Amino acid sequence: MSGESTPSQTVGPYFSIGLAWLNRCDLAPGASSGERVTIRGRILDGEGQSVPDACLEIWQADAHGRYVQPVNSEEKSPAHGFFGFGRVPTNDRGEFSFTTIKPGSVPGLDGRPQAPHLEISVFMRGLLRRLVTRLYFPNDPENPEDQVLNLVPAGRRATLIARPLAEDPRTLEWDIRLQGEHETVFFEC
Amino acid sequence: MLRYRRSSPGTQPELLHPPYVSSIKRAPTQPLIQLPHTLSETTGPSFSKEVVPPKGFDLTRQHKGEPLGERIVVSGRLMDEDGRPVAHSLVEIWQANAAGRYLHKVDQHDAPLDPNFTGMGQALTDAEGRYRFVTIRPGAYPWRNHYNAWRPRHIHFSVFGPAFATRLVTQMYFPGDPLLEFDPIYNSVPVESARKRLISNFDWATTAPEIALGFRFDIVLRGRNATPMER
Repeated sequence: MSGESTPSQTVGPYFSIGLAWLNRCDLAPGASSGERVTIRGRILDGEGQSVPDACLEIWQADAHGRYVQPVNSEEKSPAHGFFGFGRVPTNDRGEFSFTTIKPGSVPGLDGRPQAPHLEISVFMRGLLRRLVTRLYFPNDPENPEDQVLNLVPAGRRATLIARPLAEDPRTLEWDIRLQGEHETVFFEC
Repeated sequence: MLRYRRSSPGTQPELLHPPYVSSIKRAPTQPLIQLPHTLSETTGPSFSKEVVPPKGFDLTRQHKGEPLGERIVVSGRLMDEDGRPVAHSLVEIWQANAAGRYLHKVDQHDAPLDPNFTGMGQALTDAEGRYRFVTIRPGAYPWRNHYNAWRPRHIHFSVFGPAFATRLVTQMYFPGDPLLEFDPIYNSVPVESARKRLISNFDWATTAPEIALGFRFDIVLRGRNATPMER
């Protein structure tokens, strides 16, 4: 035994020094299949102020519902194409934006399919641990049966589902509210 | 099905820790919902040698000249709670320079920047989970959390481990730092024995003669749960 895990600490205000080298705005530049979507939104604090010093990390499956996993640890990761990971900062106005493909359905508990979703970590000054949330896709027929969505009180589920823009349904809007009436659902991962 | 263990009470910071003022408007107020560990949580990104700059481990050789300050070697092992090494896994660090100044537009502390120091590093752990950085000892610096607030010297660490569920960002502190006692970020971890795991140890074995003091900082990620489903 090595004992218990190391405690988390905040990323603080200057994390871009160490983390920005892995920023990307397109998570699937060379993906050969899948529906391309752009996801954009804002991060808002308890006073409705935008958060300009935050960073999201996204982890997702490909269009077939497969996560990219190393065959062995020395294997090259794909230099282009689909990797499934992205780090996306907010800008001075607290906005973020990235393009990816809609993932396929991945197995959940007992092998039952989950609705397509992105796994999301949120980091910022003021957060002593990362926040974990999920983004689901609007009008997906699997959403009503999704095991994780069904753990969320019905009145709060909408905070996890992105909204298509009327003028461009391939652009989805999804805001992260840290507090307040429409506080985003966060998970203990 | 692979699952990761939940942390014991008090061994991780609470999200709302009012002495750390920035947590007040940013910590969620609704209870977190326990997320089952599916394939989405038990897989995670894996970074290869091609991605990580080969000289990313040496923060003293990123510019024409050498940075000012006390050169140090920071090394340790990335393991899980069951003592398994976490091999070939990405470790990222960032830090202030020896004067306590970050190379960042938001940092307005009246201390000099060092043209020979950026303060970022990356490395992959080896097959035994070991990592090693060469850097300079960061300075303490003032911040505006409360009257006469100073952050203890620290290095930020970001590690991934094998899965989305094991992602961890933390800070490494130095032994004997008198500022630790007053630091709301360090003291956000309720249990003292857990908090102390954030403090590195002076390490004679990794001290490089005539070159640099060694500090050891082992990082422990969550262990796995055996489940009754396993046969």
